[in-house]
Amino acid sequence: MTPLARKRLGKVLLNAAGLLVFLFAIFPVYWMVSTGFKENDQIFTTEFIPFPTHFTFEHFERVLTEGVANNSIWLYLRNSAIVALGTVFIGSAFALLSATAIARFRFKGRGPFLVVLLIVQMLPAEGLLIPLYMMVKRVGLGDQLLGLIVTQVALTLPFGVWMLRTFVAAVPKSLEEAAWIDGAGRMATFWKVLFPLVAPGLVATSIFSFITAWNDLVFALYLMSGSEGYTMPVALQFFFGQEGVDWGAIMAGSTLMTIPVVVFFLLVQRRMVQGLTAGAVKG
Amino acid sequence: MANTTTVTRGRGPSPSPGRRRKNAGRARASGLPVWSIPYVLLIPGLLVIGGLLLYPMYQLIVMSFQKVGLAQVRGSRPAEWVGLDNFQRIFDNEIFWSALRNSVLFALFAVSLTLMLGTAVGVLLHRLGRKMSLFVVIACMFAWAVPPVAQGVIWRSLFDAEAGMVNWALNLLPDWLAAPPAGQESWTGTPWLNDTLPLYIALIVCVVWAGFPFIAVSVLAGLKGIPAELYEAAKVDGSGPWHTFRKITLPMLKPVFAVLTMLSIIWDFKVFSQLYVLMNGPTNRDGFNLSMYAVAEAFRPPQKLGTGAAISVVLTIILLVITVFYVRQIVKQEEM
Repeated sequence: MTPLARKRLGKVLLNAAGLLVFLFAIFPVYWMVSTGFKENDQIFTTEFIPFPTHFTFEHFERVLTEGVANNSIWLYLRNSAIVALGTVFIGSAFALLSATAIARFRFKGRGPFLVVLLIVQMLPAEGLLIPLYMMVKRVGLGDQLLGLIVTQVALTLPFGVWMLRTFVAAVPKSLEEAAWIDGAGRMATFWKVLFPLVAPGLVATSIFSFITAWNDLVFALYLMSGSEGYTMPVALQFFFGQEGVDWGAIMAGSTLMTIPVVVFFLLVQRRMVQGLTAGAVKG
Repeated sequence: MANTTTVTRGRGPSPSPGRRRKNAGRARASGLPVWSIPYVLLIPGLLVIGGLLLYPMYQLIVMSFQKVGLAQVRGSRPAEWVGLDNFQRIFDNEIFWSALRNSVLFALFAVSLTLMLGTAVGVLLHRLGRKMSLFVVIACMFAWAVPPVAQGVIWRSLFDAEAGMVNWALNLLPDWLAAPPAGQESWTGTPWLNDTLPLYIALIVCVVWAGFPFIAVSVLAGLKGIPAELYEAAKVDGSGPWHTFRKITLPMLKPVFAVLTMLSIIWDFKVFSQLYVLMNGPTNRDGFNLSMYAVAEAFRPPQKLGTGAAISVVLTIILLVITVFYVRQIVKQEEM
């Protein structure tokens, strides 16, 4: 074989491998969405039916109007949104304050604080669930979305601070000093100079918190006891009923739950990689 | 968006104490002395970390030595101190040992497969053309972004005994490669999610599918950071592709791999949502891992929160050991 032919063959093989990875990655997601649009006789079959030839909105319509476990799906979506947004607002404000302290000041106890931050990020949520459950019940927040928000703030804050601190550090100090020289106060400097420049980082951190809170299953499952307070991840479990699984409905529900996450995720994934692997990845 | 390199560049020299003191007299607007400002800013963060993470950890340890049931949850009776009874009970229970085994073996297989596939895809992405690379990366992003519960739902349907595409695909393969289970004509009707071993095979596929994109993207970022001169020098010296990969790529990516391995272990060891969906709630005791066992003991009636806490303590200790290595690695490579 000539070197040129070998190079061509190599290129073809590489692209074929790329195509395989593409299919492996996308097929399950595609399967979820397409099953949601298939008629039942195309779902419950041992055949492989790649495209819904009888395209139907029946499952989406049923999920959106009938709901599950005696509640409208909108209730679960609303609960999920309240918990996720509540976590974002409280968590981001706290994270910004802590990140500013770490990135802008050298103070006693800063090193130990950073190490604690890294360690608590890794505490297993399933371990914290038991004591947090007791605490939430004791203060009367059991069965309330606020109790869920509080636990999600705790679980997302350490990583949020860790991620946000690089954004604060990236704002040149000279900008703030210039504002100082022009006579701006500490608050004015923060709001007029630092805040606008950190805003993209704040968005990224918020999206991370949003996704974590939105996806949580275990806290929503055990902190809430009536279906009124359940969020989407719990509601999806109810579709696996006693008399067989309604795959069309559950795939429609899963798709509804996945859409906001995918949209937000595509916006911030680069930041997540950098925050998690810190200096190990220079991209 | 700024990337890490500009972040480090933009950070500039760390503020010298001299410059700080010059500002000290000018704390306008807020009447606070300058030295106290970072501590004031940290108050909310410290309250959350202390009150909602560290204190519960302490509570978890205390509860693991107590008998805590429904009466204690309601607050009608104080918890009773039982010493090491909870630990004694779980260590005597074979479910604990099978849960520990499941957690360890699952982490071992899932982490190594995720890392291998992720690295291979990362290298592939690095060598593909621009358009093709973007095309594959976007597909990977979708797999990565799917919420854990939906991941479980998707794979539960793909591994379905009758209508599942996994059994359909296995039927296509020749018998010498994938013979149907003994006594069956075809794979159709083979249940995957009832017994522990096939259940965990499904779980591994699910977690590897959702986990490899993160590894691939991180490895890709690491590869882009390796200077091209190194590869040119290797080529001049007549090094083959495999040799170059082992002698240049792997050593240069070592810090990345260290962090990725530890993160993957920490995540996979405590996998919960996907397992919960695949096994249809805490039903099959043989299939429990440590997180599922802890949650099942603590919340399924009759609630035994003390026993659940003891299992959680074991889980947390194992994860903390790995976390120590992770923290050391991060501290080593990052000027904080």
